[in-house]
Amino acid sequence: MAKFDYKSYLMRFQSLIALVLMIIIMSFLSEKFLTVENTWNVMRQISVNVCISVGMTLVILTAGIDLSVGSILAFAGAVTAGLLKNGVEIPAANLYVGFTLPGAIIAGIAVGSLLGLINGVAITRFRVPPFVATLAMLTMARGMTMLWTGGFPITGLGEAFGFLGTGWFLGIPMPVWISAIVVAVFAVITTRTRFGRYVYAIGGNEKAARLSGLNIDKIKNYVYVIAGALSAVGGLLVTARLDSAQPNAGMGYELDSIAAVVIGGTSLSGGTGSVIGTVQGALIIGVLNNGLVLLNVSPFWQQVIKGFVILLAVAIDKLNRRE
Amino acid sequence: MTGTGDHIILSTRDISKSFPGVRALKEVSCDFYAGQVNAVVGENGAGKSTLMKVICGIYPDFEGSITLEGEPVAFTNPREAEQQGIAIIHQELNLIPQLTVGENIFLGREPVSRLGFIDYRKMYGDSSELLQRLRLNVAPDTSVSKLRVGQQQIVEIAKALSSDAGILIMDEPTSAISEHEIDILFELIDSLREQGVTIIYISHKLDELFRIADHVNILRDGRLIDSSRIRDITRDEIVRKMVGRDIEEFFVKEVVDFGEEILRVIDLSLQHPTRPDGYLVKEVSFSVRKGEVMGIFGLMGAGRSELLECVFGVHPGESTGKIFLDGRIVRIDSPHTAIRAGIGLVPEDRALEGLILGMSVSKNISLANIQNVERSGFVNSRIENKLAAKYIDQLDIRTPSPQQIVEYLSGGNQQKVVIAKWLATNPRILMLDEPTRGIDVNAKNEIYRLISELANTGLGLIVVSSELPEILSIADRIMVLSEGRKTGEFRQAQASEEVLMKAAIPRSM
Repeated sequence: MAKFDYKSYLMRFQSLIALVLMIIIMSFLSEKFLTVENTWNVMRQISVNVCISVGMTLVILTAGIDLSVGSILAFAGAVTAGLLKNGVEIPAANLYVGFTLPGAIIAGIAVGSLLGLINGVAITRFRVPPFVATLAMLTMARGMTMLWTGGFPITGLGEAFGFLGTGWFLGIPMPVWISAIVVAVFAVITTRTRFGRYVYAIGGNEKAARLSGLNIDKIKNYVYVIAGALSAVGGLLVTARLDSAQPNAGMGYELDSIAAVVIGGTSLSGGTGSVIGTVQGALIIGVLNNGLVLLNVSPFWQQVIKGFVILLAVAIDKLNRRE
Repeated sequence: MTGTGDHIILSTRDISKSFPGVRALKEVSCDFYAGQVNAVVGENGAGKSTLMKVICGIYPDFEGSITLEGEPVAFTNPREAEQQGIAIIHQELNLIPQLTVGENIFLGREPVSRLGFIDYRKMYGDSSELLQRLRLNVAPDTSVSKLRVGQQQIVEIAKALSSDAGILIMDEPTSAISEHEIDILFELIDSLREQGVTIIYISHKLDELFRIADHVNILRDGRLIDSSRIRDITRDEIVRKMVGRDIEEFFVKEVVDFGEEILRVIDLSLQHPTRPDGYLVKEVSFSVRKGEVMGIFGLMGAGRSELLECVFGVHPGESTGKIFLDGRIVRIDSPHTAIRAGIGLVPEDRALEGLILGMSVSKNISLANIQNVERSGFVNSRIENKLAAKYIDQLDIRTPSPQQIVEYLSGGNQQKVVIAKWLATNPRILMLDEPTRGIDVNAKNEIYRLISELANTGLGLIVVSSELPEILSIADRIMVLSEGRKTGEFRQAQASEEVLMKAAIPRSM
């Protein structure tokens, strides 16, 4: 029995162990790695991916997938930037509505949530597979971003907004604060609330969950809304950091996000995994990215190595589980 | 048994196999005789299926050795075993429903023409021959999805025979088919034996053994307890060796006074999903009183499970009829409203519909009524575990702890977890669909006792079963369904196997 416990212990902490090993190895390879400055650097870089990946974790726990996170991020960021800078003009009604900073932020998150809701309704009401529904949204939201921005960045958003992306509070960068709050809130929601339990139950066995009286459609809708809202939060961070809403922001982010979730031990078939695991996954990717840059590895090789690490992580996980 | 005598074709020596935390097999040395039906019996968790999976290469890492015709063999995958003539038919069928019968039979071994295309003429010709030999009257180009479960099983057998299997392992082949189909299967097994095929037959239904087996091997807790010719052993001895002690095999429910009526269902119907004028359930009416166990008997396809599902709100929109609780009409349009009205459903398939297998015992128990274990908006794991502990104690669920993952419990204990989940919702009506399917004799009796105790507490119970002795022993009243219609209703005293069967056999047959 003792041997068995030891093994399950190892399994539970495998991504954490991998992370620690990477940090140790990197600190030997580069003296720039384990400095205060670089640590905050890595944390700030992963904060966007962390926000998105927390939402992605919920989606994947229900055995779904959300490919639209990168596009929703771009659209929400552009909406907030546009409203902040230009407000809304409706020439027909001869109306101009200006937006305060909180108003623009709320509008951006609302737009993200709405697109998430559309994903949810397509999946639950019209039974479109999550892969297809969110693939369609990936394209639509990107198109809407282009329409909204006319294909040009929206820049000059003001210092107050920029603070969200570049400011410091109590010695910690703002994006790190925000992603940490997101993580804390959803770690509690997933492990300690009825909603969280239902998310796991649906991914574990949807049919049994339905026969236990769970309103599957409603819960899934919430999950996709949360994923959309958290993508929007990511969009705010990206936009604030660059002081610019780029029409092609967030391209390919869905892949980094899925990678973080999967490396963090959440099963793509749903039902097992955790938000904390995902944070570890995002850290592993962040440390890897940062380390490869510090070691002057060519960007082409970086991609190859990153892909390989994802493959390796999941293969090791599967092997461990089979034993 | 002409010619073959008692020739040992396959034997295992000192086979041991462990899984994390469990030793599933302990030094099993077992002989199987050529051209005979070798039964392997034991309770659930006794190691029957594990032994078979070791023999046919699904679990290649084990201790001990296997010899086939005197030669040592070690299969690393099922395909290697198949090439040596050992085929297995699993409990859950492994056919691909979208493909035709012939395509399934030759899956992975399709005959190929000179140009590299599939030679359908040869495939369907050979399939026809096989199906004829097995007396299954379907065309080889029929899609498997159109066949009944019993027919699909025969296709599985055809698949095994098409690879020239000399040894056929059948894992609980009768667990999912009707009595009529069982008869056909047994005739088939008899004729295969005459053709010299060795059959290893896994079951825990004792009646079947005396009908078809030549030899019986009894496993308990991963050990081989006894091997015997069937004519040298009695039913009681087998039972005793399976469970390790004497038990009364059949439970008899005590008769109690019933209270007032709680549930009345009038003219419940459910449309067939694809046939516009067909019905899965047609105008069924019944009632249940407090403290009563109402049995529902019917063959496969009689609409038993569908009836329960309609009452439980699984088919809103497609089902019609009226449901009264305590004399008041209620509208049930989802499992959620059914649960709120005080109805619980223990579904037929524990793993697919009853449990979240990867979750702990305590989380499964609280799932349908999680409000109960919440404090100020958060799930309180202390209260949750206390609730679980209460039912673990009350239902005697054997688990190391409330945190144990349900998947690792035995079938009987899993079933008790499902029942506990419903009891935690404080139901007034509990419906159980085949509550003892796939669980061992001992656990069955515990479930029967539990059903009886629950009735005594004033619950109304509905129990669906396709096993006649079971329904006769636990139900106070039995309703018989056939092809979606109610064809009879009997009080326990009036009911007998013949009477029930007569009402259950479809008129169109």
